Amino acid sequence: MTMGQLSSNLLLIAFIIYVVDTIVFAISLTGKKWSKRDEETHSKRWGRLGFTLALIGFLFNAGYFITRWIAEKHVPVSNLFEFTTFFGMMMVFAFLIIYSIYKRNVLGLFTIPVAVIVIAYASVFPSELAPLIPALQSYWLYIHVTTAATGEAILAVSFGAGLIYLIRVVDQSKSSKHTFWLEFVMYSILATIAFVIISWGFRTANYEVAFEWINEKGKQATLTYEMPAIAGPYEGEMITEGAFGPLFPAPSWMNGANAPRKLNTTIWSLFGGLILYGLLRLILRRRLAAVVKPLLKDVKPNLADEISYRAVAIGLPVFALGGLVFAAIWAQQAWTRFWGWDPKEVWALITFLFYVAYLHLRLSRGWHGINSAWLCVIGFVIIMFNLVFVNLVIAGLHSYA
Amino acid sequence: MKVGINWGVHMEKIVCECGHENPYGTILCESCGKPLEEERTKSREFLTMRYEGSARRSQTYTRTEIDKIWNFFSSVKIGVTLIVLTFIASAIGTIFPQQMYIPPNADPAQFYEAQYGWPGKLYYLLGFNDLYGSWWFIILIALLGLSIIIASIDRGIPLRRALKNQSVTRHDIFMKRQRLYSTTAVESLDDRMNKAKAALRQKHYKIREQDGNIFAEKGRFSRWGAYVNHVGLIIIMIGAMLRFFPGMYIDENFWVKEGETRFIPGTDHEYYIKNHDFILKLYDKDNERFGKAIMEEAGGVLPKNYQTNVTLYQRVDNGILGSEPELEKVKKAKIQVNHPLTFGDYGVYQVDFQLNAFTKMSFTLNKKSTGKSFGEFTVNLIDPKQVYNLGNGYKVKLLSYFPDFYFNDEGEPATKLPIPNNPAFIFKMITPETPKGETSFIAIRKNIDIKGDNEYKLSFAGVETKDLSALNVHKDKTLWIIIIGGILFMVGVVQGLYWQYRRIWLKRKDGEIWLAGSTNKNWFGLKKDIEKITATAELTEPDDPLEKGKQRKEDTNDDGTTEQ
Ligand code: HEM
Repeated sequence: MTMGQLSSNLLLIAFIIYVVDTIVFAISLTGKKWSKRDEETHSKRWGRLGFTLALIGFLFNAGYFITRWIAEKHVPVSNLFEFTTFFGMMMVFAFLIIYSIYKRNVLGLFTIPVAVIVIAYASVFPSELAPLIPALQSYWLYIHVTTAATGEAILAVSFGAGLIYLIRVVDQSKSSKHTFWLEFVMYSILATIAFVIISWGFRTANYEVAFEWINEKGKQATLTYEMPAIAGPYEGEMITEGAFGPLFPAPSWMNGANAPRKLNTTIWSLFGGLILYGLLRLILRRRLAAVVKPLLKDVKPNLADEISYRAVAIGLPVFALGGLVFAAIWAQQAWTRFWGWDPKEVWALITFLFYVAYLHLRLSRGWHGINSAWLCVIGFVIIMFNLVFVNLVIAGLHSYA
Repeated sequence: MKVGINWGVHMEKIVCECGHENPYGTILCESCGKPLEEERTKSREFLTMRYEGSARRSQTYTRTEIDKIWNFFSSVKIGVTLIVLTFIASAIGTIFPQQMYIPPNADPAQFYEAQYGWPGKLYYLLGFNDLYGSWWFIILIALLGLSIIIASIDRGIPLRRALKNQSVTRHDIFMKRQRLYSTTAVESLDDRMNKAKAALRQKHYKIREQDGNIFAEKGRFSRWGAYVNHVGLIIIMIGAMLRFFPGMYIDENFWVKEGETRFIPGTDHEYYIKNHDFILKLYDKDNERFGKAIMEEAGGVLPKNYQTNVTLYQRVDNGILGSEPELEKVKKAKIQVNHPLTFGDYGVYQVDFQLNAFTKMSFTLNKKSTGKSFGEFTVNLIDPKQVYNLGNGYKVKLLSYFPDFYFNDEGEPATKLPIPNNPAFIFKMITPETPKGETSFIAIRKNIDIKGDNEYKLSFAGVETKDLSALNVHKDKTLWIIIIGGILFMVGVVQGLYWQYRRIWLKRKDGEIWLAGSTNKNWFGLKKDIEKITATAELTEPDDPLEKGKQRKEDTNDDGTTEQ
């Protein structure tokens, strides 16, 4: 077994452990009814098991990281697969920290599956070992990327806790804008799952369709889709015979690397999410948040509020250090200036300022509880926007990476 | 007036029943914590502890224009509004590329519309193409800075006073109206107090005692975190502003061809650099480990290294411009991306390159009718001479030179970039037969006789190509200010968010022990501390009224609305 294979296997094991762990945490919350033991010992015991599994999973995950580092001879965070996997791993890490402070099993039920989805999402991107172009050959880059991702992962816990708060307190007996947006969050999570399923499905079926087009650098190039083309490249010409589509071209202003393919994938995911959501609603005949709500009856809203705030308080300095300070040091070295208003830099600043606004709002009355929980959700949306959308639409210096 | 900006005309002190003299405007006595207005003693709601009920200027003076401006900028509502405006504006700036990132030869007035249609045109008309350098964005940042300064002074100074003056024994009303509060009737007061003290010590509290009462505190320094980080931010803003003063900041690109020695711009001709060799290395696509990724993701061409080997020289004569410089070698270096050459305040960075660029072109002067040649000359494309003497009365003058020639919108020859990608020339040929001269336009594969009746012509005789390297010279004297600001900012953020200021008071009262606790954040942590103390000293554990799902209710501040 080569180092590269070893590394992939370790990741697979970690992934499986996280899936099992999700089930363990679900039992720790739901099993109370049929357990003979009294409730407290039950949830304590299963909670401890859940935490231990998360820790073991994390160690395997770290093993993946180190072996891949050895195989590649550089820190493995230099493409989307590696970065996203690292992000998922750090979410588990953030969970371990916050859980050791608050010891609430419900945290596990909300963060571990999100990490599972994130790692599954990563697995869709090309995972070949890849060398580095000159601009990326810098230690500061790795320090910057890993610290920023760690900060974002801790901030993601505040999203988890905020979501717990919302599901717990939002009144499901009548529809309101809160119930609407909660369902929207549920749908977004399902769309991500749909993305993973669709990608793996077409890949297993070896589906391919190729186009000739003028790429974002103005060069003639071939672009290969791994799922049927709904949105083709702008002024692209299909070179695979007899394939389906495209129904319409991607707009010309999408400038990111391989943007049309990413747009196509996004459209598939959104549709897939819609179908998954529709099916679940048909089967369950209730809002999805209403289905989850009973699991959370023992959660104290006040504590969920406090945890989501603490996660921001812990995560924001880490993010500021990684996303702004270390980024500035790297930029000074690679691009001669510590700050250049490059879109990715600006979006890191926006993320930071958003959470700064959140902290200042928390100084005021009326910004605890539900408003504050929604802000944590929006903050996470901004982080995801950074990861997905900024890469899709905007070609800044980072895409020359 | 003790503090210049602070307190206005009224200076009556408010004397509390405990004897402490408080500044005008104080809400809770700095020493014992009793509400100073009779009105406020009656309420049962929690006391607002964020600024200790100290006398903030913004809450005390509201009449004059200056008061109003001060209060405006001091408000957190305004502060948050400014922060939100800043990030919305910043986001708008990423919709289309900023002017500095569009191709250097493009005319922004046309570029945005041509690329992005009417939204692009609108973007340009609104000035968003240079958003971060626009006057309104800079004013927005300035207002943010002003708001940070005023808000911090307004709170920081009275807060410091209040924390310094706080005493051990607090007023009964103060104790009762803390969020965490309990009473326990006990037999032996001393014994319980001692046990509590031991538990507090174990939890690393700093303890002060007076009349048998205890005041325990931990992490007071964290209360200054916000102020430290705000100071850091202001220092960063000052540093960013200083950049606009001459001599503080240089950022210039320049090209050097292989073999050439040239001065480095921005150094007053003090430094020269020689390009020995430009090196471009690609990854080997047959590489076992990486081969697949190189082929699939980069189409087989993936650069590994961009490097310029140089020697740096310093000019040692006193540098009269125009005279041949006398150079002394400083050092040899390899400049790579991420590894600049540094000397003094300067850094020289690898930013771009061009392989096999034209560097020299040679021509011969011929008579059209006979084809006879009257001599050959060579034009240096980086720094061309104006006149070429061929002897015997034959010479050629260079009238215009376009290194990167194209026809502009008016149909006239112009240049896109200052690099000789596509050189073109207008020459004047002077011979004994044609002393007034004949003009000729020459570009690659073009040789146009402008008037159409020339007797002589120039013929292309050869070209020399070399690799060019683009370097950037950078000097930033504001950097150390930014670094200090950045460090203070990070220290302040961590100090304020990773620690909290926790306080516990224990007071003897008529055979009871009263316990009260307060923290500026992380009530969960404080409650755990208190649990430990009440368990050890067998005291009643305070209920957290907020745990029971009650709404947060606090005594209002004077501003009533914004922030407690
Ligand atoms: C980019 C700008 C800013 C940053 C990065 C920043 C950062 C911070 C941070 C990290 C805290 C600590 C928060 C906490 O402990 O929960 C804080 C507190 C605070 N900030 Fe800012 N701030 C900024 C702008 C402002 C502005 C414009 C105002 C104007 C009103 C302001 C007023 C305050 C106040 C009143 C506090 C609370 C101070 C205390 O707890 O004693 N800040 N700031």
